[in-house]
Amino acid sequence: MSPVIAQLLADGPVVTDGAWGTQLQARGLPLGEFPDTWNLTHPDQVAEVARAYVQAGSQVILTNTFGANRVRLHEQGASAKVAEINARGVEISRRAAGDRAHVFASIGPTGRLLMTGEVTADELRAAFAEQAQALAEAGADALVVETMSDLEEAKLALSAAKQTSLPVVVCVVFDSGKAKDRTMMGNTPEQVAQALTEGGADVIGANCGQGIAGFIPICKRLRAATDRPLWMKPNAGLPTMVEGHAVYNATPEEFAGRIAELLKAGASFLGGCCGTRPEFIEAIRRQLAQG
Amino acid sequence: MPDLKQLYDAVVSGDANGSRTITQQALAEGTDPLTLVNQYMVPAMDEVGRRFEANEYFVPELLISARAMKAALELIRPLLTARGDEPAGRVAIGTVKGDLHDIGKNLVASLLEGGGFEVIDLGVNVSPEKFIETVKEKNANIVAMSALLTTTMPSMKTTIEALKQAGVRDKVKVLIGGAPITQKYADEIGADGYSENAVGAVALAKKAVVPA
Repeated sequence: MSPVIAQLLADGPVVTDGAWGTQLQARGLPLGEFPDTWNLTHPDQVAEVARAYVQAGSQVILTNTFGANRVRLHEQGASAKVAEINARGVEISRRAAGDRAHVFASIGPTGRLLMTGEVTADELRAAFAEQAQALAEAGADALVVETMSDLEEAKLALSAAKQTSLPVVVCVVFDSGKAKDRTMMGNTPEQVAQALTEGGADVIGANCGQGIAGFIPICKRLRAATDRPLWMKPNAGLPTMVEGHAVYNATPEEFAGRIAELLKAGASFLGGCCGTRPEFIEAIRRQLAQG
Repeated sequence: MPDLKQLYDAVVSGDANGSRTITQQALAEGTDPLTLVNQYMVPAMDEVGRRFEANEYFVPELLISARAMKAALELIRPLLTARGDEPAGRVAIGTVKGDLHDIGKNLVASLLEGGGFEVIDLGVNVSPEKFIETVKEKNANIVAMSALLTTTMPSMKTTIEALKQAGVRDKVKVLIGGAPITQKYADEIGADGYSENAVGAVALAKKAVVPA
């Protein structure tokens, strides 16, 4: 196990962070605008989100770099700024973390499908390598390849991320099939665990796609299929529309109330995805403190 | 004369080359193109849909079957057009304003093409004006909108209202989909249909173009 991961896990489960996109929207990020360029244009607002998670008790915070790869930034005419956006993202989170939290830098999917030929494996490899290198040079403690729907894309990102020699977390989205236990491309937790373990991921997990209840059986199955520590970031339940606004229906207390089950299922890193806020992180911390 | 059951099998298994070759042979030997579509290809896509619902097929299998269907349709479509047969329908599809997700929309677009629709893909972050323009200029009879974000769902409502304002709401059926969308939401905003997955979207589109 990498020293960074081993050190973090030495004292038991590790609390990560919650959603960033919705937090930035609450601070004025317009709909339809990717958050990543805000590292350059609105660094104070991005820093506020990072600080809010550190203050809530996150031991690991991510970075506002989820979409900061060449393929996605190209759509916004910002592909020349890959290195800069990623570097600023790490700096912002690092400053907020101080010595209270580790900074794991976020690498999201490109949004293009390999199998339809919208993007080639070489293009993906190059895009992920460029982003991973920029994040590593800026001093991230680890890299998190997250919200992957396609195991093939996840594997390409993993191998690019590993070239930095930083520890790499890889988590995928299980949201398909009747039991919502498959990725969009149909892979099972067992297949995901095996492929990512073979690919050398330091931590393996699941994020987004569904609420915490569905994560418990997935976590158990991943646990049985790999020896790597597990990373779990469920959504805050399913959204419902209330007067034109999306409201995620799980409260921080309901969410945290199931954390014990997730731990029993074998999770080591705990946090939240869409709809979760700093209050969710506080609630997880309280839950863990109660033992 | 090729065994046309092979065309069915080629579409179900996603064999685009097989599908193209058999279609070529069958057409060369004078088989009516509509027979190929209605008796072999459409039932094959129905079987693909059934397997998807049964969790035997997932997105990759859907995509390669749609591709096999499309390979055959590329040969058949010109013949149908030449004799005045229209496509099943003309769909203006896009991810709504404010939303940049396109995987789900692209999947629905390829399956609709596989289902015999002419698809005009407007991309992501599509404004109501763009939908209206396409309905008017390309004579689309279906508007298909996708949203992956709860925050962009309201753009669907805005678009439907804009279609009304522009006086073209009655010319089209509006179908919506995307992770946060529900039937209830579709009803609330006055959409004509909602599907929770891409296979359902094709069935929905087919139902939408049947004259009442």
